[in-house]
Amino acid sequence: MKMRMNQAIVSALADEMRSDPTVMLMGEDIGAAGGPFKTSEGLFEEFGPARVRDTPISEMGFTGAAVGASVLGLRPVVEIMFMEFLGVALDQLVTEAAKFRYLSAGQVHCPMVVRASVGSGLGFGCQHSQTLENWVTSTPGLKVVTLSGPQSAYDLMRSAIRDPDPVIVLEPRALYAGRAEVETGEQRIRPIGQANLIQTGTDLTLVAMGQTVQTAIKAVQMAGLSADVIDLATLVPWDKATVLNSVKKTGRLVVLEEAPESGGWGSQIVAAVTSELFGSLKTAPIRITTPNVPVPYGKELELKFLPTSEVVSETLKEYLETNKAPQPWWIREGFVK
Amino acid sequence: MSAETLGSETAVERRKKLHAGLKQQYERMVEIRTIENNVNDLFASGVIHGTTHLCVGQEALDVGIALALERTDIVTATYRSHGIALALGMTPVEVMGEIMGKEVGCTGGVGGSMHLCDMSVGLLPTFAIVGAGYPVAAGAALAFQNLGQSHVALAMAGDGSTNIGAFHESLNLAAIWKLPVIFVVDNNVYGEYSRIETTTPIEDLHTRAASYDIPGIVVDGMDVRAVQAVVATAAKRARAGEGPSLIEAKTYRFSGHSRADTAPYRPEGELESWLDRDPLKVTRELILSEGVMSQIEIDQVTTDAENSVTELIGYLSTQSEPGLGSMFTNIWATENKVN
Repeated sequence: MKMRMNQAIVSALADEMRSDPTVMLMGEDIGAAGGPFKTSEGLFEEFGPARVRDTPISEMGFTGAAVGASVLGLRPVVEIMFMEFLGVALDQLVTEAAKFRYLSAGQVHCPMVVRASVGSGLGFGCQHSQTLENWVTSTPGLKVVTLSGPQSAYDLMRSAIRDPDPVIVLEPRALYAGRAEVETGEQRIRPIGQANLIQTGTDLTLVAMGQTVQTAIKAVQMAGLSADVIDLATLVPWDKATVLNSVKKTGRLVVLEEAPESGGWGSQIVAAVTSELFGSLKTAPIRITTPNVPVPYGKELELKFLPTSEVVSETLKEYLETNKAPQPWWIREGFVK
Repeated sequence: MSAETLGSETAVERRKKLHAGLKQQYERMVEIRTIENNVNDLFASGVIHGTTHLCVGQEALDVGIALALERTDIVTATYRSHGIALALGMTPVEVMGEIMGKEVGCTGGVGGSMHLCDMSVGLLPTFAIVGAGYPVAAGAALAFQNLGQSHVALAMAGDGSTNIGAFHESLNLAAIWKLPVIFVVDNNVYGEYSRIETTTPIEDLHTRAASYDIPGIVVDGMDVRAVQAVVATAAKRARAGEGPSLIEAKTYRFSGHSRADTAPYRPEGELESWLDRDPLKVTRELILSEGVMSQIEIDQVTTDAENSVTELIGYLSTQSEPGLGSMFTNIWATENKVN
């Protein structure tokens, strides 16, 4: 059945809540209001106020409450309206939830999910548009996934709730309204940590995540290339085997990130692939990222900030023709030296 | 205590034992004091590395809380938790073993002095971040409420923690949801190296409960029975579905903040005046007035504790350090997800 991504999230949450009475939700305006992005519509009516809890604007409080509740037998799913709001709650996730299994010698663990909307493209300005996955990827004990569309949302949400570890689910806000066919049901649940090979080809391997997945597919088509396109889906633990197998075949790797160039997740993918496959690569792997700037507000600026299919397509063509890393537009056009 | 008998008593048995009477409660307080004094010496002499935060002077608070709670209740505590851990029942081997970084410690030696845990007596991994335990305790209480269980959660932290957001957010959440949780603020006058009036506009921290429309109670933290009574009342209220309470226990930190701190900032005579309210002294007076033990028997408790702890340290010094594999375990449900 066709669903928007936010409906697929509701569907996954509802299915998990029906199958497990310990699953419960916490967040701001997620109750009768149905969630700021309509990701809990109808759940308050079906499951009631104890399992669908409207919280005060108090991210540290309710994220910490999720830690405690998860230890004592619930499976809380916390909604962080904008990923930036996790800043005030990071201690509970990074320093508490991620350490409980370790600091209890396995006596306790935190089967909790933190959902956060992320990303640019909707004109929310620089304090409501970052992806910020690198806030959480360098903390052993946390798992991190990113949704890339309705089916991915349904699958990863159910899988994240079933997972015994704390899982952060990053939801590209610009994708909530996108519609696609979604298959629902228990059979969609899979272990966290698997990438999706979306299409196969021979020229290069293009690894994308979140809202760059659709950009990647379009760019390959526009450039008339034959490429493996991989939706990484899980950042921690990332599916190294799928990426390595692909690059072994194609000999070229391009990582397409929404994150700023500095410290982005693609660095790790490129480093691992380069170290393991150096001798068999046709050329150096490259990253296509956003510039090291806050996400700008102005329409034209924000459009330019995120790599478009056109820019990616041109970059891929140049990369294939020259076997060299094309300069990003902000250097080529002289904005950054 | 011999090498054979060191581990023979479980945490659960030790918890039960507290209810036998004032003698056993005093013995536990002396055990805590003796272990803390030895921890101090072992750090000073370099036998143990890292840092430590002693609870000397706060033994009555720890034992009073343990007495008032059921074993199935949950406690969150801080980096100053050797006392509450032992009071709740944790064995000297698992506590001191952890402090000494040994495999027999409660986390197998990967946690250290600030990280004690034993779920058999309800102690969640203790928190090295000021205030971090408050929301977690509220969340534990939320689980009890949603699951229809009659347990309560109790969060302990120091006076300094009432200035951090987590304190206020947790009291607010607990109040609006009527969670079965008790917040205990151990007001030992100092937050790290700073006296309370330099960091906090009020000295009576229980009055902060008014903002959340919950009971705010003050208690003499040097009096084990007084502590037990107010915590029991708060627990009864929580179990009855009437919501949270805030308890302020007036105590005094007899030691510095941490290992390196000799507390030179204390006004002259302040420590001495509080030593007159030493919880061990207060309890001894009670014991004598009620005829629970003679002075000779009281003295014997100290001698026995010193002998036991000497033996304990001797035993632990022969124990192995954790193997390298231990640092790769208990991070994720499935091990070695290092990508």
